[in-house]
Amino acid sequence: MEIFDILLSASFWAAVIRIASPLIFATLGELICERAGVLNLGIEGIMVIGAFAGWMAVYLGAGLWAGVLVAMLAGMLFGLLHATLTVPFGLSQHVVGLGVTLLATATASFAYRLSLPEVTSPPKIEPFQPWEIPIVSDIPLLGPALFSQTALTYLAFALVVAVSLVLYRTPLGLALRAAGENPASVEAQGLSVTAIRMGAVVVGSGLMAIGGAFLTMSAFSSFFFEMVNGRGWICIALVVFGAWKPGKALLGALLFAAFDALQVRLQQTPMGAVVPYQVFLMVPYVLSILALILMSRRAEVPAALMIPFNKGER
Amino acid sequence: MEQAEEAEVVLRLDGITKRFGALVANDGISFDLTKGEVIALLGENGAGKTTLMNILFGHYTADAGSVEVFGHPLPPGHPRAALAAGVGMVHQHFTLADNMTVLENILLGTGSLWTPRLGAQAARARVAKLSADFGLSVHPDAKVGTLTVGERQRVEILKALYRDARILILDEPTAVLTPQETTALFETLRKAVALGLSVIFISHKLGEVMAISSRVLVLRHGRLVGEVSTSDTDRHKLAEMMVGTEITAPKLSERTPGPALLTLSNVDTSRRGNAPGLAGVNLTLRAGQITGLAGVSGNGQAALAALIGGLETPVHGGMDLHGDVPADWSPRAALAAGIARIPEDRHRTGTVADFTLTENAVLECYADAPYSRKGWMDWSAAEGFAKKIIETYDVRCPGPSARIRLLSGGNMQKLILGRVLEAGPKIILANQPVRGLDIGAVTFVQNRLIKARDAGAAVLLISEDLDEVTALSDVIHVIYEGRLSPAFPRGTMTPAQLGTWMAGHGFEGGADAA
Repeated sequence: MEIFDILLSASFWAAVIRIASPLIFATLGELICERAGVLNLGIEGIMVIGAFAGWMAVYLGAGLWAGVLVAMLAGMLFGLLHATLTVPFGLSQHVVGLGVTLLATATASFAYRLSLPEVTSPPKIEPFQPWEIPIVSDIPLLGPALFSQTALTYLAFALVVAVSLVLYRTPLGLALRAAGENPASVEAQGLSVTAIRMGAVVVGSGLMAIGGAFLTMSAFSSFFFEMVNGRGWICIALVVFGAWKPGKALLGALLFAAFDALQVRLQQTPMGAVVPYQVFLMVPYVLSILALILMSRRAEVPAALMIPFNKGER
Repeated sequence: MEQAEEAEVVLRLDGITKRFGALVANDGISFDLTKGEVIALLGENGAGKTTLMNILFGHYTADAGSVEVFGHPLPPGHPRAALAAGVGMVHQHFTLADNMTVLENILLGTGSLWTPRLGAQAARARVAKLSADFGLSVHPDAKVGTLTVGERQRVEILKALYRDARILILDEPTAVLTPQETTALFETLRKAVALGLSVIFISHKLGEVMAISSRVLVLRHGRLVGEVSTSDTDRHKLAEMMVGTEITAPKLSERTPGPALLTLSNVDTSRRGNAPGLAGVNLTLRAGQITGLAGVSGNGQAALAALIGGLETPVHGGMDLHGDVPADWSPRAALAAGIARIPEDRHRTGTVADFTLTENAVLECYADAPYSRKGWMDWSAAEGFAKKIIETYDVRCPGPSARIRLLSGGNMQKLILGRVLEAGPKIILANQPVRGLDIGAVTFVQNRLIKARDAGAAVLLISEDLDEVTALSDVIHVIYEGRLSPAFPRGTMTPAQLGTWMAGHGFEGGADAA
């Protein structure tokens, strides 16, 4: 069976890790926002602006890490817009989120056309190169899959641990989770719900933008308009799939990436000659929906998610 | 002068005024609190008690006036400043995060947000000591979502004590407690006072105010209308100060009950969210009889109301209505069978806030003649009905075409009552009919229910207020975790005995089939 050959190849697992990386960044970002009580539907657009800003910065001469920083700041800027409208003004998080997505996507297109008016095919940059970690990268199968990735991928995995630690082991994480569960408890303990929620949205948006930047600076080497291609929406589902927990969300991202990597390879098998390729494209989404149904039935939704908090309201 | 003799003043409010639009919630309120005393802030709903305390704690900013704590002015609008000054507040609606542990809730916001560690171990020892000192037992690692209401309140008090509160404000703390839990709370408060803390106890329950306070401040319509030493007053005097007029309690006359109109035998229903369903419930509602259902909120009252109101069908067991087993049980079937419903939440399920009084009046009968014919509404008939209710039930409103959201809770409830009683119901399901109403409206609603009972209706009165249940019921059941106690005839049980049942005693063993 071809499927076993695929599952036993290092290149397949390397692809899984690679495909999962941008999803991990953006899912963590969304998770932080939602744990504080704000649904951030700006995620898709913020990933686009991150992909564009990081790539453009490097194209204009910045270093790769400086590019990542630029992407993050661009994302945080749109996060600040989202946070301002949804937190102190308490506007509908759905409407604001979709608005931010449209605005950010359009801003990226506009800036691209403005800065590269004559170009027909987008210029390439020199992306992050795989960084083979000595010794462990020589382990058969596991080594090439896990330990010859780019630095951004390692960062994504490190962030899962970091976000977990912050959420569950620090006073900041406590306040953030409380803001998403019962903001009145935060207020009654003398903290500012507004500051915590806005901070979470801004930081979360920064992570989403790095997820976008991964696409132009690590996975590919140039910017295309359709390159984010719904990954943001997938991340929204991954947060639910992960029951608002970083570790489980990582699992979800890997699972989705595995389906995606598998379907590409299945297209090239003899089966692919018979079955239309669109069916393969559907596979990760169909399986994700099934997994979502199975996994998220008993999930504990942050109780104050999407509920604006107005101090002193009667 | 006499300064040295006086007890130390820990809190001074001076001329606090707060307006919400045209409503003056607090009008120039001033008082002192001294060390080691419990003062009660007494007043009806809407008298401005909670607003005043929210100003003190910094949730709201006063339009005028100032607050002084231990001789230092308190900057307005900052709970953090109030906490730092030693003011702790136990809110009526608990400010706890359900998905976190007791310890995490207590620790929230106590240190800098930017320290890398929670410091849970040191905190655990301190919480244990405070629990022991004040008699507040609760497991520090339990998720708050799994705690009972009484335990959650203990967590709220621990939160304040953990921050070294010297002044404790408790907003309607007993509203959600059983009599036994209330006694335990009072024990804790006495211990706190003995240790030099001062307490402000907000309530509209006169008995508790008499029991715990040394001084009573009475608020009415946002003004401080009286200040008395508890030893110089009694419940009746306090009630009159609170309402501003004489009050007479409703009386139940002797009456022989009629035939059974609704019988539940051994009924089980499924759970409703976090609340239990019914388990093996036997209940008979008789004509001309008020059946009171006592119990702490969340013990299956909602399930019983949903069942009788037609929202729920029994999973197991039988339901007998006027001698028949109803076929398709639904809210419409319940209405057709002459079951009238006064729902628990008049804002969410009793009325449609943005509909007019007329529209709300015909909410349950709009499809019937004369309000609609051949599928067309007859609005003049509907308006006539609304006008009749407004007149008969003394609904104070701008008119039948006003939106119902403009009405006070009492007037809204009177409209619902009119809508329900004008249909001439056989069975009346009154779920918390007077919750949140002022004494005038309470008396009105209760008298109307008694009148309906005297006219031969079977009334099921669900209430968390034990005094109300004992005053109005011919027979009383206690509900606990979906199970029903035996029927206790009027006058056979003391409130303390009922309280024992409310806490779940008596249900074990042979009581399952009760």
